[in-house]
Amino acid sequence: MDTSFSAEDLAFRDEVRAFFAEAYDDDLQARLADKATFREAVIDWQRRLHDKGWIAPNWPKAHGGAEWTPTQNFIYETERAAAGVRDVVPFGLKMVGPVIYTFGNDEQKERFLPRILRSEDWWCQGYSEPGAGSDLAALKTRAERDGDDYVVNGAKIWTTYAQYADWIFCLVRTSNEGKKQNGISFLLIDMHSPGIKVNPIVSIDNHHSLNEVEFNNVRVPVANLIGEEHKGWTYAKALLAHERTSIAGVADSKRALAEVQHFAAREQNGGRFLIDDPLFQQRLSDIEIELMALEYTELRVLASVAAGGAPGAESSLLKIKGTEIQQAIQELRMELAGYYQGVLPTELAQEVLGHSFGSDARQAFMYGRAATIYGGSNEVQKNIIAKAVLGL
Amino acid sequence: MNFDFTDEQVMLRDSVARFIQDDYDFDTRCKVVASEAGMSKANWDTFAELGWLSVPFAEEFGGFGGGPVDLMVMMEEFGKGLVVEPYFATVVLFGGLLSRGGSEAQQGDFIPRIIEGSCLGAFAYLERQSRFEIADVQTRATRQGEDYLLDGEKVVVFNGANADTLIVSARTAGEQTDKHGITLFLVPANAPGVELVDYRLMDGQRVANVVLREVVVGASHVLGAVDEGLPLMQAVISDACVALGAEALGIMDRLNAKTLEYTRTREQFGVAIGSFQALQHRMVDTFMSCEQARSLLYRAVCALEKEDDDPARDIHALKVMIDKAGKHIYGEAIQLHGGMGITDELDIGHYAKRLMMINATFGNGDYHQGLFNALSYGRDAA
Repeated sequence: MDTSFSAEDLAFRDEVRAFFAEAYDDDLQARLADKATFREAVIDWQRRLHDKGWIAPNWPKAHGGAEWTPTQNFIYETERAAAGVRDVVPFGLKMVGPVIYTFGNDEQKERFLPRILRSEDWWCQGYSEPGAGSDLAALKTRAERDGDDYVVNGAKIWTTYAQYADWIFCLVRTSNEGKKQNGISFLLIDMHSPGIKVNPIVSIDNHHSLNEVEFNNVRVPVANLIGEEHKGWTYAKALLAHERTSIAGVADSKRALAEVQHFAAREQNGGRFLIDDPLFQQRLSDIEIELMALEYTELRVLASVAAGGAPGAESSLLKIKGTEIQQAIQELRMELAGYYQGVLPTELAQEVLGHSFGSDARQAFMYGRAATIYGGSNEVQKNIIAKAVLGL
Repeated sequence: MNFDFTDEQVMLRDSVARFIQDDYDFDTRCKVVASEAGMSKANWDTFAELGWLSVPFAEEFGGFGGGPVDLMVMMEEFGKGLVVEPYFATVVLFGGLLSRGGSEAQQGDFIPRIIEGSCLGAFAYLERQSRFEIADVQTRATRQGEDYLLDGEKVVVFNGANADTLIVSARTAGEQTDKHGITLFLVPANAPGVELVDYRLMDGQRVANVVLREVVVGASHVLGAVDEGLPLMQAVISDACVALGAEALGIMDRLNAKTLEYTRTREQFGVAIGSFQALQHRMVDTFMSCEQARSLLYRAVCALEKEDDDPARDIHALKVMIDKAGKHIYGEAIQLHGGMGITDELDIGHYAKRLMMINATFGNGDYHQGLFNALSYGRDAA
C-alpha cells in the first residue's frame, strides 16, 4: 500500500502547472466566459490540449491516447481543478470515443476518432427521452431499416449542448421483441441531417445548456451503427460506468470548498469572520472529511481499474457520494452568500459590489440540483449497488 | 500508487482470520469474557506462537519489524472476531511507548518478553477529570533523592488488572493542564502503594482504576525524557487511533455482512425482507459509510507510513468518520434485525458496544472534529 509520488510524478505535476499557467491565458478565459464566443473558445482550448498530447489521457496509445497511470490522472485532475481550468466537454472524448474504439469497426474508428481528438466534431448524447428517464431502457425513439439507411423518429431530452453539436450518439429502438433492453441499438447521427429540430430548455439557473432534440424521418446510413443491431444496451452500460466515475468531481469539489473557505475568511457577521464561527467550521469539516474519504475511494477505484478491473458498481458509489458532496458545498456557499445570493448576474451588480460571489453561488446551487438526477438518478444508483454489489 | 497488500500482509491477515473462524466463535468469546481473568492465557500463548505479538517490534529484539499496514490488517480481523485479549493494550499502547520512547535497556528488558507472551502491559493515562485531554494530569511524581514518589489515581486502565507492568503518566512540573511537565514511568503492578480496582466494560474488556500512594520508582523507570512525555504519548496515540480505526472497520464490515445475510433469509409478508427497496437503500447507505470509512483508514495509514507527512489531520478525520459511520452502521444493523437485534443473545449488540467504546477511546468524533477544525480553519493555520 503506497500513495506517495515518485520523482517522475512530481516532475509531471510541475509540467502540468506550467502548462496551465501558460496555455489557459486571460484572453481564453474571457472568451470562455462570453456566451457568444464560448463554443469557439472551448474548441480552441481543447486543441491546445491536443497539441500538448493531453486531450485523451485514458485512450489507448494506438488510438492517439496517452495511457496515463492513475497517479498521473489524479495529479492532472487535482491541478486542473485547483487552477480553475474547465474540464473538456465529455461527450466526444470521454463517452462516444471509448465506445467507438471498443465496439466500432475500423472504418468508424478512422472516420470519427481523429476528429474527436482534434475537436473537429462537437458531440452530444441522446439517451433520455420524455418517457424514458430513470427507466432508460423504456426508450421509444424508433430506427426502422429502409435500404442502406435507418429512418429515425422520436425525441431525446436533456441533451446538453445540442445547440452546438455536429453529431449525436443515440440509443434507438430497432426491435420491440423480447426484453426491452434487447431491442436497442447504438447509432451515430449527424446533427445537420434534415428532420432534426433542437428546442432549447431554460434551466432553473436561467441558463440554456439543455435541449430537446426531435427526429422526424431522419435518414441515417446503416454504416453509422455501432457494433451489432439490438446490442446497443451492452455498449451503453459500459459507457455509463465510466460516466459515473467522472461525475464524482472530487478535484472540482476540493477547489469549490477552498473557495468557500476563502470567502468565509472575508465575510463577517457581528464583527466575526464566518471562518471563525464554530458552527460554520463544523459544517465545513463535515463536508471536507467526506471529501477526503471520497478522494481515496476514487483512488481505490482507479487503482483497481489500472490493475485490470473494470469500473463496476463501485462507480455508482462515487456518483452518489460525489454529487451529495457537490450539493452540500453549493448549499454552504449559499449560506455564506447571505443576501448576495439573490443578486442577478448583471454588470451593474458586479461593478457596485466588487464581486459576483452571490450570483455565482446561486448559479452553481441551482444547476447543481441536476447532479443527483443526471447520469442515472442517485436512487437508481442505489438500486444498482443493491443488485450488483449486495446481491439483493 | 497501489492499495495492495504484500504477501506477508495477506498471510498475517489470513492467519488471524483462520484463528477466529476455527477457535474464536461468538460463544467461545463470551466464555472468555465471563472468565475470571476476562482473557484466555491459552489464546495469548497462541498469539505468541503465531508471531502476532512480535509484529510492530524491531527485528533486533526478535520482532517482525512491521509497520502501520501490518498492524492494520491484524486489527481489522481482531475487530471481526471481537477479540478481547489485550493486544491493543499490551502490544499497541504499552509496546508502542517502549518502542518509540524506551531506552535500549528498557526495550531489551520488556520487548522480548512481550513477544514471547510472558509480559502483559497497560498504559495508565486517564484520570477522573481529564476525559479526552491527555495533558490534563494531576498524578504527581516528586523527586526524592535518586527516586520518584508517585501519588494519584488513574481510571479505566485497559488491561489494568492483568498487566504486570503499567506505564503511568505523571506530572513532574507545571500546572494541571500544561503540555510541558509530564513524565512517563514504568511501574510494576505489584509495587508497594499500587492498589487496583478491577472491573469490566460493556465491550467485555477488563479495566482497572489504579490508585498510587507514595509509590517509589527509581530514575531508571522513567520512560523517555523527563517533562517531555506528551509528544511521546501523542505519537503512540496517533498509531493507536489508526489501529482502533482498523478494528472498527472490521466490526462495521461484519455488521453489514450479517445484516445483509439476515435480510436475505428473514421472511415477512411471504418474501425475504431484503427484497424491499426501503431496506435495500438503507443497506446501500451503510455499505457506502463503510467504504468511506475504509478510505479514510487507508488515507491515515498511508500518512503514517510516509514519515515526512504530518498525519494529524488524516487521523482526526478518521476518528470523526469512525464515530459517524459506526453509529450509522450499528444503528441500522440493530434496526434491520428487528426484535432479534435488541437481544443480548445475538452478537449484533456486542459489536455495537465495542464500536461505542472505540469511539470513546482517545476522543470521540466531536473532540477530533474540533481539533480538525482548529488545524484546518484556525487563524494560526491560515
